[in-house]
Amino acid sequence: MTGISWSGTIAQLTELALAIVVAPLLTGWVNQCRAWLQNKRGPGLLRQYLVLRKLFAKDAVIADRASPLFRATPYVLFGCMCMAAAIVPTLGTELPYAPVADAIALVGILALARVALALAAMDIGTAFGTLGARREMMVGFLAEPALLMVLFAASLLSHTSSLATTVETLSQRELAIYPSLAFAGVAFTMVSLAENARIPIDNPATHLELTMIHEAMILEYSGRHLALIEWAASLKLFVYSCIGIALFFPFGIAHGGDIVGLLLALPALLAKLAIGGVVLALIEILSAKMRIFRAPEFLGTAFMLAVLALLIHALLES
Amino acid sequence: MIDLSPALVRQIIDLLAAVLLLLSFAMLSQRRILSLIDLFATQGFVLALSTAFVASVTGQPHLYWSAGITLGLKVLFLPWALHWLIRRLNVKWDVETLLNIPTTMLVGIVLVILAFNVAQPVSELAGTVTRGTLGIALAAVLLSFLMMITRSKALSQVIGFLAMENGLFFAATAATSGMPMIVELGIALDVLVGMIILVVFFFQIRERFDSLDIHHLEKLKEE
Repeated sequence: MTGISWSGTIAQLTELALAIVVAPLLTGWVNQCRAWLQNKRGPGLLRQYLVLRKLFAKDAVIADRASPLFRATPYVLFGCMCMAAAIVPTLGTELPYAPVADAIALVGILALARVALALAAMDIGTAFGTLGARREMMVGFLAEPALLMVLFAASLLSHTSSLATTVETLSQRELAIYPSLAFAGVAFTMVSLAENARIPIDNPATHLELTMIHEAMILEYSGRHLALIEWAASLKLFVYSCIGIALFFPFGIAHGGDIVGLLLALPALLAKLAIGGVVLALIEILSAKMRIFRAPEFLGTAFMLAVLALLIHALLES
Repeated sequence: MIDLSPALVRQIIDLLAAVLLLLSFAMLSQRRILSLIDLFATQGFVLALSTAFVASVTGQPHLYWSAGITLGLKVLFLPWALHWLIRRLNVKWDVETLLNIPTTMLVGIVLVILAFNVAQPVSELAGTVTRGTLGIALAAVLLSFLMMITRSKALSQVIGFLAMENGLFFAATAATSGMPMIVELGIALDVLVGMIILVVFFFQIRERFDSLDIHHLEKLKEE
């Protein structure tokens, strides 16, 4: 792609800005829904923004023996998540930035963020950090192949590994039942729960517990570093939700980059995100956190479902 | 006979077949015996649904009968009998698997690939709307075999056996739009009689060894 149109650039920038601005709201919405379902009043929708503002205003305290890696990681993390958010089509499918990375590279970018965070967690040398990092890597090495298989299942339907083109093909097809996509959808839900430190694998509401994974890794961070990490975590949830929406419910996404289409796609996206948040809160309410040694079983099931999606596509839909 | 476009008919049948396969895998990975029975009942229900759907599409009234028999026998009677058996024997333990569950599932995926490849040339010969699903039926049969192999307790092996019959039944509907009525009645009766005999066996095994673990049967005893 040589000529990058103005509308494409605007669409790309709008989507990126939207992701960065809306991501904390999505996290707040999920927390609020969960509180409502538990018959609590909840912290309010904008709580996440207030937390970020508070953290940015505070001084960052860094351990004496922290290496530059420890300081750099929050920025790497935030950068990776922004990059991922820029690749995933949320409003329209014309993204000038999209050819830079396809679905496989997207998994790679997410892996880079994971490795950076795990290394930073081990950098200080506290027991909690190392423990969390090891658990995170265990979950990661099981979740990544499953995620790849899910993306492959969608790629097989559209004959391309580029995410934007895949979504364009999926949203333009005639309405039909694809069993393979249903399987991939279930697998993707399981992977997203694991990747975003949600309840069957990790508990996002805890700060001091021996079973935590994500929180254990970021215990040493404070101030603006912690704010960036929290923001990156929100962005990650947003990116995963948007991948799910783009692959399995792509209706309403604008083709090309015209402004009217983008404006129409915005309420659709927000509505879908709101529904997705309710579903996520429901899943978290209804399930109990599993023992860490059951996690391979959970993610193995996700991998199996994704592979079954590929096989069923080969048998029934080709 | 309902008028639907052929593409839609095929999609609905494919979807039901995929759900059937999914339930086979769910049974393979299930640890709790009570959930296993529920899954078995659900599988029977999907089977009855798909048979009734094929009947309404192809206009073959005898398939309605087989759907009815499936519903009565596999969704209502057998799960009820199994629940009764569990209460009676007081065996609500978790199912013990011989292989761990991720390994079992990987083996299951290999079996599915095998089944799909074996069924491919066979299904080319069939002329029914459901021919694509023969591979799934074969996979369901093989997965039930695997379940019987990897479980050590008699009760879950019996559920595997019954699930295998589900797979065979689905294969029959997929490849030839159903067997003759008399054969289906015979099979239904066979399953019923087999179940009754197995129940008698259960009580015998239990009385003799105080457990339903069939490994006790391998030991020779001199009395």
